[in-house]
Amino acid sequence: MDRRGFLTRTLGLGCSLAASPLVTPVSFAAAPGEGRLIVIILRGAMDGLAAVSPYGDPAFAGLRGALPLGDKGYVDLDGFYAMHPALRPLMPLWSQGQLGFVHAVSTPYRDKRSHFDGQDLLEAGLPSLDGRGGRDGWLNRALTHIPGATAQTAYAVGSDALPILSGDAPISRWSPDVDLAMTPQAMLLAQRMMQDDPAMLDALNKAFALADSDGDAVAIQDGGQNMMQMMADDMRAARGAEPLERLAEFVGQQLREDARIASFSINGWDTHDQQERPLARALGRLSATILALRESLKGPAWKHTAVVAMTEFGRTARLNGSRGTDHGTGGAMVLAGGAIRGGRVISDWPGLTEADLYNRRDLMPTRDLRAHAGWLMRGLFGLNNGDIESSIFPDLDMGADPGLLL
Amino acid sequence: MRFDPLLADIRFGCGRSPMVPAPQDVGEIMAGLRGPDVIAQTYPIEPFEVFLVRMQEMKTVSRVRRQMRGKPEGDVARKQARVMNKEAREAQGTWLAAHLARRSFTGVPLRERLETFWGDHFTAVGKQGLIRRATSPYLQSAIRPNLMGPFEDLLIAAVTHPVMVHYLDQDSSVGPNSQQAKKKPGKFGLNENLAREILELHTLGVGGPYTQVDVRELAELLTGLSLNFNTGTQFRKPAAEPGAETVLGKSYGGDNPTLRDIHAVLRDLARHPVTARHVSGKLAVHFIADTPDPALVDAMAAAWQDSDGDLPTVYDAMLNHPAAWNPDVSNIKQPFDFISSAFRALAIPFENYGRLKEHQFRQRVQQPLALMGHIWQKPSGPDGLDEDDSTWISPQGVAARLQWSLAVPRLLMPDLPDPRVFVETALGPRATERVRFAAKAAESKADGIGLVLASPAFQRM
Repeated sequence: MDRRGFLTRTLGLGCSLAASPLVTPVSFAAAPGEGRLIVIILRGAMDGLAAVSPYGDPAFAGLRGALPLGDKGYVDLDGFYAMHPALRPLMPLWSQGQLGFVHAVSTPYRDKRSHFDGQDLLEAGLPSLDGRGGRDGWLNRALTHIPGATAQTAYAVGSDALPILSGDAPISRWSPDVDLAMTPQAMLLAQRMMQDDPAMLDALNKAFALADSDGDAVAIQDGGQNMMQMMADDMRAARGAEPLERLAEFVGQQLREDARIASFSINGWDTHDQQERPLARALGRLSATILALRESLKGPAWKHTAVVAMTEFGRTARLNGSRGTDHGTGGAMVLAGGAIRGGRVISDWPGLTEADLYNRRDLMPTRDLRAHAGWLMRGLFGLNNGDIESSIFPDLDMGADPGLLL
Repeated sequence: MRFDPLLADIRFGCGRSPMVPAPQDVGEIMAGLRGPDVIAQTYPIEPFEVFLVRMQEMKTVSRVRRQMRGKPEGDVARKQARVMNKEAREAQGTWLAAHLARRSFTGVPLRERLETFWGDHFTAVGKQGLIRRATSPYLQSAIRPNLMGPFEDLLIAAVTHPVMVHYLDQDSSVGPNSQQAKKKPGKFGLNENLAREILELHTLGVGGPYTQVDVRELAELLTGLSLNFNTGTQFRKPAAEPGAETVLGKSYGGDNPTLRDIHAVLRDLARHPVTARHVSGKLAVHFIADTPDPALVDAMAAAWQDSDGDLPTVYDAMLNHPAAWNPDVSNIKQPFDFISSAFRALAIPFENYGRLKEHQFRQRVQQPLALMGHIWQKPSGPDGLDEDDSTWISPQGVAARLQWSLAVPRLLMPDLPDPRVFVETALGPRATERVRFAAKAAESKADGIGLVLASPAFQRM
């Protein structure tokens, strides 16, 4: 028996209701252009010096010890920088010019080194938090300058609030963790019940469509047992790396169609203590996520995609007493995607002698990372410098084009 | 439009309960609020004074950990710190369970709603370390005891509280001409964060009659207000800016700065007619609708001004206004209202969740709340949760509510009620034909209960 027949019979419903399919795809407006931008927020402050180590700097070994290069160790990139072993799976991307790094950059945030304020500033895109002018995010402000942008152009993905996308421009939010699973009958009853409230019905229909397309179908036959099993699976998955890959898959799915911007976050970078293992785990998650994005966007969409991973600040240049690092200033940014002119580490390298360090402790930021984000948006969405330097990133001087895109 | 026990439960309470009857008039609601806080004794939450002891102990342990880094004593301290962090995190979960139990079984549900409202109006949270877990103790000590007094007492209790002082960086604000700043020129300065939020969020509102100069003068007046792990709030004279400051045209303080000057400006701000209107409007939006009847807000603001901001007088004015009982308007429940009202409607016994393992409780409550858009006690900014219904009626929000409704009650309550009975318990005369049909036609009890909870009639208040 097909599903519709089953429903009609079990519910004794008239044809008109049963004829409306349970899941109607969300209708998308025409997308603005082909460029695609994925912003990953690395919450907790990634240690840029360990992710992309400037082992060619004569002062590096004094701060961090000799770098183990080779098959099991760091991956040499260009004789000066080497990337962390946990990023090794990204090597093919590097070779194809689809992976790059920007080093010794930061937001304008200085000195207090609070995650909370640092992330606020990173996502607000403002020169400082004094005054806390708006409470909107730069990616949302950018949307208001993209002609033809609709609520389906940008997705905030995951259960994170993602202030980077909050603001006046309408966006979509979805978390593949919301794993809707119910019997077809419960679905139909829910839809019928929501007819009491058009706004909720509309949200529910979109939810069914999104949930149905994010990897597994909403409808399951046996409510009780299957749902319990699925919940258990989800919870098990939530503890592993899998949710990020699922999230990446969902992002890819949206960007293959009419969405053009997505943002989500990866946590676990606050490595104060014995950082080797936690850092490897976090970088492993980042690396798997980038590969999952590429897999999901495979084909023409990937050619037009830029992925940028940024963090609130870097960490101390020296290891601390417990082989971790404390909150610092300058850090690194990761770039990936078919639209990226990669295979390089872009930096105005400040050096690592004590006098070169910021406050004699942190990597000195030599450029505002908002400039790189601004150039990416200019290239991908045709935004003009005036809008970027006034509305999207107030008081930013974009400076020379770092040529991040092909 | 007149008093309706059903709306009293749903709009001004924590939802319908099979155990606690609805109030019969406004007098009964107000008498409940004036009566003893019984439910807080039944389901206690650690007061902030006790939480401070945790912070003091952590400070000691952290010092040892820093000084003895690499030595055995340092390792012991590191482990101790880890245990203390874990204990505080677990305690935060048990306090969430207590909030749920209070809302489930209280006979004075408006008290819980008011605590949530004011706790959100005065959003404050620790930014790093142990104090991140101190939100419920802050509510218990600063907000809850001041729900039924003048607004100025609540304002002073909240904005001078250590959690707020820390959250909005007041502890790092130093007067430019203070002793401290003169000792080390260029090292210290003013931080306007708390001053700005007091004017913008807590009192006058963003459209209020203040300028950047008022923000700056208020910030200078606030210098000295700080926190201390032993005493809580502390006034540090060396950080205070000497001289009088003019806020909204009135001069405060002088050459001998004290905490009293700060209290004085807060009292004046609390009684300001613009504050009366701004905060009355917020109450009306929270309890009644995104766009409340202006006449209702007028009546509340007038009651505020006539009583110098006596909060019970303002609540009374709201509850006695016909527009408060308009059945044609509504708000969508915020995620915690939604989950807690489901707990109340099902009367889930406290022992079914009060002693769950931390990760189980997290999976059943905190994680679903986050999926619904409310990260428990981790606000995205000092402006707190969004009141706009459209924020919550998103595909993700509606899906998360539906999934929670279908999946979680059965885990917390093995013997679920009959959905055909539950539809009446939870919704009473609000049950529509479609909901009744869903409750009856569902294939399992759990599905039936879930559909009732996910129904628009249950999600609106």
